Amino acid sequence: MTSVLVILAGFTLAAAAVAFALRPLVHCALCLVLAWAGVAAFYLWAGAEFLAFAQVLVYVGAISMVVLFAVLLTRRQADSDEAPGSGGAGRIAAGLAVAAVVAGVLGRAVLGANLAPSPVAARPLDVRRLGAELAGAYAPALLVAGALLTVALIGAVVIAATDAETRGEDRR
Amino acid sequence: MLGTGIIQGLAATAKNFVGSFHDPERFVTVQYPEEKAPVTENYRNFPFLVYDDGQDPMGTLRCVACRICEKECPPQCIYIVPAVDERGKPRKHPRVFDLDISVCMSCQICVEVCPFDAIKMDQTFEIAAADRFRGLLLDKHQLARPNDYYRQIHPAEAAEVDARLAGEKRQAEEKARLAAAKAASPGPARPPASA
Amino acid sequence: MSAVPTPDSLLERAPLLVRDWVSGLFPASWRWLTGSLLAIAAVILGFGLLFTLLTLIERKALGRMQNRPGPNRTGPGGLLQPIADGIKLLVKEDIVPVAADRPLHFLAPVVLVAFTLLSFAVIPYGRHLLPVDLASGVLFFFAAGAATELAVFMAGWSSHNKYSLLAAMRALAQLISYELPLLLAVVPVVMLAGTLSTAAIVAGQGRWTLGFIPHWWVGTPCGAAGFLIFMTAALAESNRSPFDLPEAESELIAGHLTEYSGFKYALFFLAEYLGMTALCAMAVTLFLGGWQAPCVWLQSIPSYGWFFLKLGALLALLMWIRGTLPRLRLDQLMRLCWKFLVPLALINLGTAAFWHLSAGWEPLPARLARWALALLLVLGPFAAIGRRLGAGVERRRYRYAPS
Repeated sequence: MTSVLVILAGFTLAAAAVAFALRPLVHCALCLVLAWAGVAAFYLWAGAEFLAFAQVLVYVGAISMVVLFAVLLTRRQADSDEAPGSGGAGRIAAGLAVAAVVAGVLGRAVLGANLAPSPVAARPLDVRRLGAELAGAYAPALLVAGALLTVALIGAVVIAATDAETRGEDRR
Repeated sequence: MLGTGIIQGLAATAKNFVGSFHDPERFVTVQYPEEKAPVTENYRNFPFLVYDDGQDPMGTLRCVACRICEKECPPQCIYIVPAVDERGKPRKHPRVFDLDISVCMSCQICVEVCPFDAIKMDQTFEIAAADRFRGLLLDKHQLARPNDYYRQIHPAEAAEVDARLAGEKRQAEEKARLAAAKAASPGPARPPASA
Repeated sequence: MSAVPTPDSLLERAPLLVRDWVSGLFPASWRWLTGSLLAIAAVILGFGLLFTLLTLIERKALGRMQNRPGPNRTGPGGLLQPIADGIKLLVKEDIVPVAADRPLHFLAPVVLVAFTLLSFAVIPYGRHLLPVDLASGVLFFFAAGAATELAVFMAGWSSHNKYSLLAAMRALAQLISYELPLLLAVVPVVMLAGTLSTAAIVAGQGRWTLGFIPHWWVGTPCGAAGFLIFMTAALAESNRSPFDLPEAESELIAGHLTEYSGFKYALFFLAEYLGMTALCAMAVTLFLGGWQAPCVWLQSIPSYGWFFLKLGALLALLMWIRGTLPRLRLDQLMRLCWKFLVPLALINLGTAAFWHLSAGWEPLPARLARWALALLLVLGPFAAIGRRLGAGVERRRYRYAPS
């Protein structure tokens, strides 16, 4: 079913490209959300149901909210909700350099991987085994991610609380 | 403990729900126009003219066209033209008695100042008209109601008015009887009144 | 506690027979297409009809709770009222503000209704009535629900109205906060059932003790606590009283829906009721045994009958709560979520772990000790946190109201 894969990949890349090209920032964020939905569709095509729905739940449901809140709460003026325009040779050069580095890393990873299609179908989902793996082999990764998220949450709360204090509002 | 308040609230609403099917206290809606909410005796809305005999409404109107109510009405919604006979003498009867209920504010000053208990307050409110002005200008035929109707809507007031009017009528008859008896009985010859 | 052989009466298999008959009218290679389309049509038509009935029943039930009759003029007993409302909303002028973002303004209700309808696909309505049997059905359901929050933001932002945007932000804050207790309340059931598939969870609740005590998850301490937390979070997720701050008329007119009129407003309304129905259906599936009958001998009533009976009971409970409780302010709402529901849901997770690990305690005193310990783990934190949060708030004294 490579035709389906081509369509999905085209849709995802098109959404990401449009997200770069649009001027209103909120439209960019929503196109980015479409790109994430495309990635979830890819996971479904590959047979990883759990991962696909987790992708939708986490990215489309929560991270999109983070992005939109960040866009809306950090606007400097009322009409500055547009993406900063392109311009400046230095910026273009820096952009091209970063793109080259990322393309190089991705290219090496893709070319060096074994992409022969395997005849084995994806394993059916076993929640107990998933839990055992997360709490066993992948526990350190889970703990590190959890710690990172907790630090970010506490940092956000501290920043918000400090703002309230400096403005002299009373806290209950 | 937390949550007991919510349970009490749920019980109260459940009582309301179940009670609304069989208990009139828990179903306070009066489903107009199939049911009408009862009005109290003192409720008033727009005046009417009282007549005493159903056989001859216009002839037995208590109103004598004294025009006191027309003068006392604050928004001046009453228009009266007294009836006069061929020689121009007032006939103690209104030829025209118009009351504009789009102007009337039901203050009942006309009722309070009428010396003849001719105008009283009605309780009607279902009087919507299709046209804006003419439909709400009532003439004396539309304003006339029998005394029985007055007794029905304001029993205590009507009883008091009837008693007073009957008493006055009795006194007038007494005086007339006495005067007739004095005129009929033989007495000492008196010089004629006109010299 | 023995499993009973499943009855396969005519009533149970009737929907399958209808589907096979309809699929038989088309070529055999189209069977999967006709089957799917039939399921989609059944869900949309069935739940659309339920939505119209629900609006009427809710108005009449709320009326009776408030000592008044509710709509009773259109049609006998007000039965044609939903049709009158539908016609009214259809013929209303569709006003879009001049400065509004037209594509987003149009897409917001569409996205909302689409994702809400998607979530109906994984709920087993009867023994043979599951539209899509996914191995991770529960996760799919909540993923579809999470995607509806985007539509709320789109509605508020595209209206080009700073009050709509503000209200949309508040609505989003409420929605994403209550996602947490919603999901955490479901995890114990998934842990104890060992699967994310809705069909398997319902099938696992199909046992009875002594023939009349069903093994529904709501009967366990951690399941009961999870059910209560789930219902509270479901009320907040579908913007229902007492959490209906986003759509209350005294709050920024209609919040993120201010600039919507006519049929788009009807679509938002439809999405709210569909979301409420979907969450209640998921609660029935996870906690109340889905389509299982409560007693062995009551299985003559078909499975979809039991499902809709339980769904109706939950919806009636939601209407009852709406008629009783006053609206929560935004800070009270957030406080309830973060300081009460989330800690309780996390502790419930621990209780469920204990319940799972102590499943093998066999002799009767040990089973009683297991129950007592689990009940203590559920009620203790509830009382403690409740007392902590309610400290300093005493019972109101009314000076002029009759006591």
